[in-house]
Amino acid sequence: MGKKIKNAKFPKINLLKEAWKNGDLFTKLAFFILGIGNIARKQIIKGLIYLAAEVGFIFYMIMFGVTALSRFDDLGDVETGRVLDEARGVYVQTQGENSLKLLLGAIFACIVIAIFVVMWFKSIQSSYNAQKLQEQKKCVNNFRQDLADYFDSKLHFTMLFLPVLSIMIFNILPLIYMILLAFTNCDQNHQPPGHLFDWVGFKNFGQMFNMNGKIGRTFFPVLGWTFIWAIFATFLNYILGMLLAIIINRKGTRLKPMWRTFFVITIAIPQFVSLLLMRHMLDMHGPLNGTLESLGLIHDPLPFWQDKTFARVTVIVINLWIGMPYTMLVTTGILQNIPSDLYEAARVDGAKASTIFWKITLPYMLFVTTPKLITDFVGNINNFNVIFFLTNGAPLTNDYYQAGYTDLLVTWLYSLTVNSFDYNRAAVIGIFVFIISATLSLLTYRNTASYKDEEGFS
Amino acid sequence: MKQKETGSMRQNRLIANTIVHTILTIMSIVWLFPVVWIILESFNAKPDSGSSSFFPQHGFSLESYRVLLTDNRQFMFTRWFGNTFLVALGTCLLSTFYVLCVSYTLSRLRFKGRKGLMNVGLILNMFPGFMSMIAVYSILNTVNLVEKLTPLIFVYSAGQALNYHIAKGFFDTIPRAVDEAARIDGATRWQIFTKITIPMSKPILIYTVLTSFMAPWLDFIFAKFMLGTKYEKYTIATGLWTMMQKEYIRTWYGRFTAGAVLVSIPISLLFIFMQKYYVEGMSSGAVKG
Repeated sequence: MGKKIKNAKFPKINLLKEAWKNGDLFTKLAFFILGIGNIARKQIIKGLIYLAAEVGFIFYMIMFGVTALSRFDDLGDVETGRVLDEARGVYVQTQGENSLKLLLGAIFACIVIAIFVVMWFKSIQSSYNAQKLQEQKKCVNNFRQDLADYFDSKLHFTMLFLPVLSIMIFNILPLIYMILLAFTNCDQNHQPPGHLFDWVGFKNFGQMFNMNGKIGRTFFPVLGWTFIWAIFATFLNYILGMLLAIIINRKGTRLKPMWRTFFVITIAIPQFVSLLLMRHMLDMHGPLNGTLESLGLIHDPLPFWQDKTFARVTVIVINLWIGMPYTMLVTTGILQNIPSDLYEAARVDGAKASTIFWKITLPYMLFVTTPKLITDFVGNINNFNVIFFLTNGAPLTNDYYQAGYTDLLVTWLYSLTVNSFDYNRAAVIGIFVFIISATLSLLTYRNTASYKDEEGFS
Repeated sequence: MKQKETGSMRQNRLIANTIVHTILTIMSIVWLFPVVWIILESFNAKPDSGSSSFFPQHGFSLESYRVLLTDNRQFMFTRWFGNTFLVALGTCLLSTFYVLCVSYTLSRLRFKGRKGLMNVGLILNMFPGFMSMIAVYSILNTVNLVEKLTPLIFVYSAGQALNYHIAKGFFDTIPRAVDEAARIDGATRWQIFTKITIPMSKPILIYTVLTSFMAPWLDFIFAKFMLGTKYEKYTIATGLWTMMQKEYIRTWYGRFTAGAVLVSIPISLLFIFMQKYYVEGMSSGAVKG
């Protein structure tokens, strides 16, 4: 990886050196006035576009950029407050600065500078190329030919432009912003507008991992439960879903499509509908408790959402209801691919059904679907829907900071954002979840055949 | 001797079959129970969130549906339906365009930085999706675009653009010889994409259109965060969730069930229709990573 970057970087600097050494007046000028080299070689429109970009960039930097960047280190120092207006003898509200906006402006300015540097490089490259072509008495592309290039040899640029732009605005910019927030004190006491926040370095991380503080004492149990949940949710769903697929697909079972449809219907229903319904159904005074009571099976309602262990088991069980049909759907096809002579050989040897499952089916399936298993595991660590709609973290406890016994890291992140406005802590958790997911995914993804040998198929 | 063994084997098989079918029946009942229950509740003449029994006690009626669709004083279900439909339509067009562009480019075109882009996409996908919610909110807030529906389209589409793997897997399977033949005939890459690849990719086109159309119907978190308490801009998911909150559930329970049924019908139909593509996508993901 590091090697690749090195190799990719050096030619660029070399090209700049070369262009500076061999370039004529216009190419050298193009280092400072973008596009002038192109204009001199009759690529007028192209040159003007570069020039316009430079003018726009300088205008932006003077008007906003420089100020935005200079606020990056202090993130604002004028707080919203009340000042005595002596002439009128009343207190007047003063408009303070908004640290969130200042931070955003600074990141935006960085991105603009980065884009400009790329454009600057491209323009030098382009005018140097034009110069070389002219020296060799070859004809220089006119604007129409340039444009046609963007639909042929440079098609990748044209096609990626809009998607990448929108990913930059709606994914990358916000992510950088959140990662930076993890190093500030932007919590409920420093909420803009009205209050300012400032850089605090790694303090939030320290707080999160400190077992003596309340936040640390929340973090580790929540982390532990997240893993327990992910393990149960992934492996129970996997094994039971596969068993379901096996018994539907076995030779003797009648009406296979009907059984399959029954289970698929439950996937088809929007999760928020089925989960909200389940929550209501299992409520302390809900229909399930009511029915059990009227049947005389229980005397007191079962505390599905009120008791720690009860709630944890319930979410895992309900997750089975959600997840088993998925596994069934996916594994059905793979199960049919298991070579049938394996089964026949086992049967000739007199193996029982359970032995066949543990010794043939499961190992085969594990071999084929390990990547899916890991993706599922990561998905379950991030499984927001099930917990949020079922319990929203309940039963809540005072031992935890803004969390309950069924809260996963991601749902805790959500409550920290929405309920207590501790953006900095939410960001720390987000980074931590990322580290977990990334480690797990990279371990498997890098080892799959499709990553190493992408061209293998075509 | 042989005769006898087949007899006992047949008996064994009979027992096994009976057990399997019983298990399947019980499981089907458990799995379908909530579905049946919500449908019954939506026709309940006197829906009561505090009812302690599963089945309607006072007969059936269409009252919940009627009120849900006509009474727009507090929650406007029909409007939400319209909102969601518009957002879904916009998202579906924009994100299909994005996904096709990204997946085709990454699959068929070779250029500098391609692997790098794919790695960036991979990394972005590993952050919890809604971690950046606050930031997106602040960005949209600076340009005065919160509590509106159009930004939802852009944000959903940007998210979908990163889910290009299934479509890319599909493009990977189209033989390169097709492209090369066209290039020899003088086609530009753009022409190959529009005139050759797209017409060959109907299944993946349908899959992409449908998944991106469904996303806004199912998303709750982001829509809720962006729309706050502006009820007239709500989408279906946020609206139905609100109905089930403590302060509303007493009065709105019946209408919630009716609304849930109304949303589930189109979504379920779409899902069952694209089940095949879905399985292909998921299992190819399973085998190929």
